[in-house]
Amino acid sequence: MASKRSVIPFGPQHPVLPEPIHIDLITEDEKVVEAVPSIGFVHRGLEHLVTKKDFGEMVYVAERICGICSFGHGYGYVNAVEHIMGIEPTQRAKYIRTLLFELSRMHSHILWLGLMADAFGFESLFMETWKHRERVLDMLEWATGGRVIFSIMRLGGLRKDVPDEILKSFLPELDKIEEGIRACEKAFLSDPAVLSRLKGVGYLSKEDAISLGCEGPFLRASGVARDNRMRGYAAYKDVDFDIITSDDGDSYGRCYVRIQEIYQSASIIRQCIEKIPDEGIYVPIKGFPNGEYMTVIEQPRGGACYYVHASGKKFIERMRVRTPTFANIPALAKTLQGCDVADVPILVVTIDPCISCTER
Amino acid sequence: MKISKSPWLLHYDGSSCNGCDIEVLAATTPRFDVERFGIINTGNPRHADIFLCTGGVNSQNQDVVRQIYDQMPDPKVVLACGICACDGGIFKDCYNILGGTDTVIPVDVYVPGCAVRPEALIDGVVKALKILDEKAEKMKKGEYRSLTSDEYAEKLYGDPQEAVPEASASGDKEEKNAG
Repeated sequence: MASKRSVIPFGPQHPVLPEPIHIDLITEDEKVVEAVPSIGFVHRGLEHLVTKKDFGEMVYVAERICGICSFGHGYGYVNAVEHIMGIEPTQRAKYIRTLLFELSRMHSHILWLGLMADAFGFESLFMETWKHRERVLDMLEWATGGRVIFSIMRLGGLRKDVPDEILKSFLPELDKIEEGIRACEKAFLSDPAVLSRLKGVGYLSKEDAISLGCEGPFLRASGVARDNRMRGYAAYKDVDFDIITSDDGDSYGRCYVRIQEIYQSASIIRQCIEKIPDEGIYVPIKGFPNGEYMTVIEQPRGGACYYVHASGKKFIERMRVRTPTFANIPALAKTLQGCDVADVPILVVTIDPCISCTER
Repeated sequence: MKISKSPWLLHYDGSSCNGCDIEVLAATTPRFDVERFGIINTGNPRHADIFLCTGGVNSQNQDVVRQIYDQMPDPKVVLACGICACDGGIFKDCYNILGGTDTVIPVDVYVPGCAVRPEALIDGVVKALKILDEKAEKMKKGEYRSLTSDEYAEKLYGDPQEAVPEASASGDKEEKNAG
C-alpha cells in the first residue's frame, strides 16, 4: 500500500527558531520526502536605504543588517568603500578590526552551540554555553561599549581606540572561555546521547556541498578547505592559522568544525594582541566615493559578498549584499530530504540560519 | 513587589536585525536569569502571558504577529522590545516597514534600545507583570477584555477594510513599484 503524503508546516514561529523561516515539510509517515523553504518574513528593504542615508551614515545601517554578525557587515561595507576611495587604514586599525571580527566569530559560534543544544533538547547545556558567551560579550563591551551592535567602525579607521590595558585584560578571559568550551566540548563530541542525535544526521557529500554552493563551516564540515580569511584582508595575512575541516559531513562534523574555530579565533586574537603596533587609528577621508567594488569576507556563517556602486555623490547608487545563509538554503533542502521529522529542527539549526542577513 | 503568577514569555522576531532577539534569549540565560522570577520562555502562544515582539512590522509578517496575539489567552501583555518595535527605528524609512508593533496590535510596554539590553528588558518585563495583575483583577470583576487585533485595527484606522496601512505610506511609492 502506498503511504499517504501529508504537509507539515514548520515555522515561521517555532520554539527552536529565534528567527522566522517557513518550511513546508512534505512527509510520508515520519519521513520527510521534500522540503520547500519560503523566506521573506524579515525583509525590510535595507539596501534601498543607501538613497536616504549618506555614505558615512550607511556604515551604521550596514551593521544593522544582522545583530549577530554585525561587525562583519560593517567591515564588508567599509572595506568596499575604502577600496573605491583609495584609503589605506593604519595597521593598528586593521589589527583591532581583525580582533573584533574574531571576537564576533567566537560569540556567534558559542551562540550556535547553545541553540544546537536547545534543538536536541539539552537545556542545561544551552545555559552552560551561553554562560561562556557572556564573557565574550563582556570583552566586546570593554572594547567598544556595545554588547551586540558596536558602531565602532568608521570609514578610514575606527571611531575610538582600544587601549592596550584593555587588550591585555583579554588574555586571561580567553583562557577562561577556552576552559569553559573544553568542558562543553565533551558533551557535544563524546556524550552518547548527544552523539545519537548528531552522528550521521543530515549527511552532505563533498561533491554535493560544492555543487550546491555551500559556504562557511557547513562547507568545511563536508571536507572542503575554503576560507575567505585566507585572502588576507585586514590583518589576516599577518597571523598564523589553518583551515579547519572535517570529513564527517554530518551534524557531528559541523559541531566539530565550529568548536575548533572557537579555539582558532582565540589563537588569532592572542596573536593580534601580541603583534599590534602603536599608532593612530584614523585616516581622514576627503570627497565622495566614485566607482564600484566587490569584496568577499568570511563571516561566522561563511563567505559574504558586498558590492558598492558609487557615482561621486553624497549618496551611494547601489549596495548589494549576498549572505552565506542564502547560499546554504539549497543544501538545507537537500539534507532535509529523507530525514525524520524529529531531526528537522537540528538540521535547520546546523546551517546556522541567519534570516535577517538573508532577507535584509 | 509581589509576583502572583509565573508568567510565560513568547518571543517573535518581527523584522528585527536579530540583535534584540539574542538579547531576549540572553535574558533567560544564567547571567541575567529571568527564571528566578518564575518566567519561562515558551514556544506556544496558547501558553503565553507576555508577548515580546522585536523589530518593526512588515507586510509579510503582520498577519503572523496578529495571529500570535489573537491566539494568546487573556489576560495578556505585549512588550515592544527595541527601538524598531517601538517606532521603526533605523529602518523607519525602508519601503517594507509599516512601523512599530503598535501598528497592528496594542502594545503595553515600550522598551527602547539598539539593541535592547537584557537589564532593560527585565525591567520592562517586571513592569509588564504589574499590568498583567491589574488586567487579571479587572477581568475578575468582568470589567475588562483585551481587544482582538481586528478591533484594534478598527479603533485605530476606522474602516476595517483598510485596517492595514499601505506599505508605501512610510516609503516612497515609485521606488516600491520599481523594486
